[in-house]
Amino acid sequence: MSEVPENLFYTKEHEWLRIEGDEVVVGITDHAQEALTDIVYIELPEVGEEFGEMDEFALVESVKSASPIFAPMGGEILAVNQALEDAPELINQDPYGAGWIIRFKRSNSNATEGLMAADDYRVIIA
Amino acid sequence: MSNLFDSHGAPGSGWSQPAPIMAADQVSLPAELVRKKPARWPRLSESEVVRHYTWLSTRNFGIDTGFYPLGSCTMKHNPRVNETIVDLPGIADLHPLQPERHQQGLMAIFHEMQDMLAICSGMDEVALQPVAGAQGEFTAIRCFQEYHRSLGQEGRDKVIVPDSAHGTNPASAALAGMGIIEIPSLADGSLNLEALRSVVGDDTAAMMITNPNTLGIFEAEIAQASEIVHSAGGQMYYDGANFNAILGKTNPGLMGFDAVHYNLHKTFSQPHGGGGPGSGPIGVRTHLAEFLPGPLVKRRPILSTDIRVIDEQWWYTWYEPRQSIGKVQQWHGNAGAVVRSWAFYRRYGHTLEQMTEHAVLNANYLRHRIHQCAREQGVEGEFCDGSPAEIVKHEFTLSMLPMKESKGVSAMDVAKGLLDHGFMAPTVYFPLVVPECMMIEPTETESKETLDDFAEVFVKVLQADAETLHAAPTTTPVGRVDEVYAARNLCLRHPMDE
Repeated sequence: MSEVPENLFYTKEHEWLRIEGDEVVVGITDHAQEALTDIVYIELPEVGEEFGEMDEFALVESVKSASPIFAPMGGEILAVNQALEDAPELINQDPYGAGWIIRFKRSNSNATEGLMAADDYRVIIA
Repeated sequence: MSNLFDSHGAPGSGWSQPAPIMAADQVSLPAELVRKKPARWPRLSESEVVRHYTWLSTRNFGIDTGFYPLGSCTMKHNPRVNETIVDLPGIADLHPLQPERHQQGLMAIFHEMQDMLAICSGMDEVALQPVAGAQGEFTAIRCFQEYHRSLGQEGRDKVIVPDSAHGTNPASAALAGMGIIEIPSLADGSLNLEALRSVVGDDTAAMMITNPNTLGIFEAEIAQASEIVHSAGGQMYYDGANFNAILGKTNPGLMGFDAVHYNLHKTFSQPHGGGGPGSGPIGVRTHLAEFLPGPLVKRRPILSTDIRVIDEQWWYTWYEPRQSIGKVQQWHGNAGAVVRSWAFYRRYGHTLEQMTEHAVLNANYLRHRIHQCAREQGVEGEFCDGSPAEIVKHEFTLSMLPMKESKGVSAMDVAKGLLDHGFMAPTVYFPLVVPECMMIEPTETESKETLDDFAEVFVKVLQADAETLHAAPTTTPVGRVDEVYAARNLCLRHPMDE
């Protein structure tokens, strides 16, 4: 059974979000990394880039497929996890920690619409 | 046996060069252009080169070695008569820059292929130049762009694809500068008309789709889909990869498509795999014909002034469409592939409908036979159908998800296990909408005995223990390849010794 930590928000595209005030950290879930299998490459956006909800803002590639990561809400990129460029396997090893992908500033600080709590996410991956 | 590219062979063997016509001190070249050390000429004799390639061929597996059920790739037998025809000196020794009067024979073949492909797809004009299905897709999308532009509708810059589409569809459209809109399929893998209706609009350039779809299911509502896209002002593109399932039975024109590509190397028998040589002509309706890449072949009745007459009736000329998007490939594309496919069509054209029936029958037979063998051996719970449809067309999908969950054996492990039994593995992990997918296409050229053998072996592999399958293949020239390592550590050229 995949790990689904309590303190995070989730999307139906299998991303997790850690909301810290105006700032949000995004990665893909344990379930997602299992389904993708070994990640071999990740394409990251530039810091300072602005994006709208559901824009494609990163690309995760495994030996099986290439999967876009969609922005769960609009905002501006504050930081990207550069370590993933050399070690994309961090996403497999530690999806909720060292495998984080993007930190962004959300444009609407109340936008949590469409996000799921851990319990709801557990239901959709069951 | 060593690799040809490794340093091997005696220095000085395998080449000779004429004596220099000037002494080195008489040549005035800028110092930076003069070689500092001797050129690295090959050091192998002809016999060593022949042995190298013969050795390589024994480590290979192809359709001439055994059953090759690679879904979506239509690995059918390539009749040897094709090779006899393409090797005729009037074809093999031609250069594309020779004058038209020297090329009348080849041009007659091209003209007949243009006609035949147009008729069997319900299109009006055909361009033979693209050399791959994906290049055909790109060419057609470029034609769509120019067509929209000619109507003053440059704003049409979105291409719609179903989530089960061949990956080349969105890739080709993106390469042409289009945005991609992916729509979800229905639960049985078929086209979702509601989803299509919700995304079409003023920005719709085209929809790209294959029929039967990538699950091997015929899209019964394709005509409605065409209507939805057309009434929004978009164009319909038919991906011909699965043409083997409908040829002679129905055609993309009847379904409302505006452009199609043909994979001559799949449907019309041409050796392929490992990168070519393919041929991906496109056919279009009249409103797109002026945008095609030239040259195309036209013909006119013969005149008394024509110098060299091959055909009693017609003279063939190259023709450049007026608003052509330009060439997409040098010369006339892969002319040899076109000729081989023409030979196939000339030999089997009168039975194309029967070919299609056998391809579909073989796929349905194999699907049921695998299920039957699995039931007999009590392993029917290890996998399930990728789509619940009762009848498939020329290919079908199975999901290995139950086996993955019960004993940790994936579709990849089953594929590798099949290699140890002398069968090529089916396509795996495609289409993406089927988890742990195996996509099987037997084609019409396999016998019932081969299909029976494959079904039995397939089930035998399912019965093997997880440890064996994780280690497979063990009997092939190369064992399990570390795909993850290969993808993370790209090495794009052979390391040459300096």
